[in-house]
Amino acid sequence: MKVWQKNLILIGLVILLAAFPLWYCRDAEFGGADGMAGELIEESDPDYEPWFQPIFEPASGEVESLLFALQAAIGSGIVCFVLGRVTAKKPEDQKKV
Amino acid sequence: MKQRSYSNVRLLAAMAAVLGLSTLSASAMHIAEGYLPKTWAFGWMAVCVPFVVAGFLSIRKKVERSPRAKVLLAMCGAFAFVLSALKIPSVTGSCSHPTGVGLGAILFGPTATTILGLIVLLFQALLLAHGGLTTLGANLFSMAIVGPIVSWAVYMALKKAGVKPAAAVFCAAALGDLLTYVTTSFQLGVVYGNVAEYLTIFAVTQVPLAIAEGLLTVVVFNVLEKYSAAELRELSVL
Repeated sequence: MKVWQKNLILIGLVILLAAFPLWYCRDAEFGGADGMAGELIEESDPDYEPWFQPIFEPASGEVESLLFALQAAIGSGIVCFVLGRVTAKKPEDQKKV
Repeated sequence: MKQRSYSNVRLLAAMAAVLGLSTLSASAMHIAEGYLPKTWAFGWMAVCVPFVVAGFLSIRKKVERSPRAKVLLAMCGAFAFVLSALKIPSVTGSCSHPTGVGLGAILFGPTATTILGLIVLLFQALLLAHGGLTTLGANLFSMAIVGPIVSWAVYMALKKAGVKPAAAVFCAAALGDLLTYVTTSFQLGVVYGNVAEYLTIFAVTQVPLAIAEGLLTVVVFNVLEKYSAAELRELSVL
């Protein structure tokens, strides 16, 4: 099997893994705010006060999604650039052809 | 002032949302800003210092020895960047994200990966209010120290046992991811009690994500194995 075929199957599996919960627990809220971990803490220790606030918070969910998208974009940009370089034909290979 | 009241409204909204959720819906991510008592927060930072120093030295040594590996190191950092941004739904009805540090640990060893994790955590703590500066030590310990050590150890052990590289990479990345969140559970459980509850919630949520991280790490590794075998041998990965 070629590498790209193998990888296509693997990526397909990842998509299935991510999509399955959406179908399996349709009523769930899929909350993901970091604050939720904090709620658990407040449950076990109702008197606990966070003693430090984030010094900068995204102004809204939209801005936050911008920053998350930016994070993924920068990351995948670099990953793909490097993979592109790695898989590119080297000059000596081309001479052989 | 205005900013302040907005964040209060947000907090109330988040609380209201949480009240309506079952405990299983708690998200499994980094420990939020201010949620560790000071002694623990600074304690974890102190624990991390030697690993960070070792990480800088390790990177310098590795880059000196094989300059061509620099570009792969950048890629490992970028890979962790991408995976940390992907909040994926899980079977517990909540979302979490992979860590992406397994690849770096396999290629460059655990200490070098600590630095990559530090960059990701700083970005998220400073710009996204995700994780936090006071909990940076604790989060660094789970995601950038324990996770990579597990990944690296698993990969080494399986390689020695003669397991195929791709399979070893899968196990290493998945287990490193899972153990990161097991560590987070213990870090919270030790302070607030009820390790078992945190463990069920965090670890169970993370299982499918750990598998996803394993698969994605193999995707990149497959390409490197085919096209960059010389570099991988130089880093004694193969």
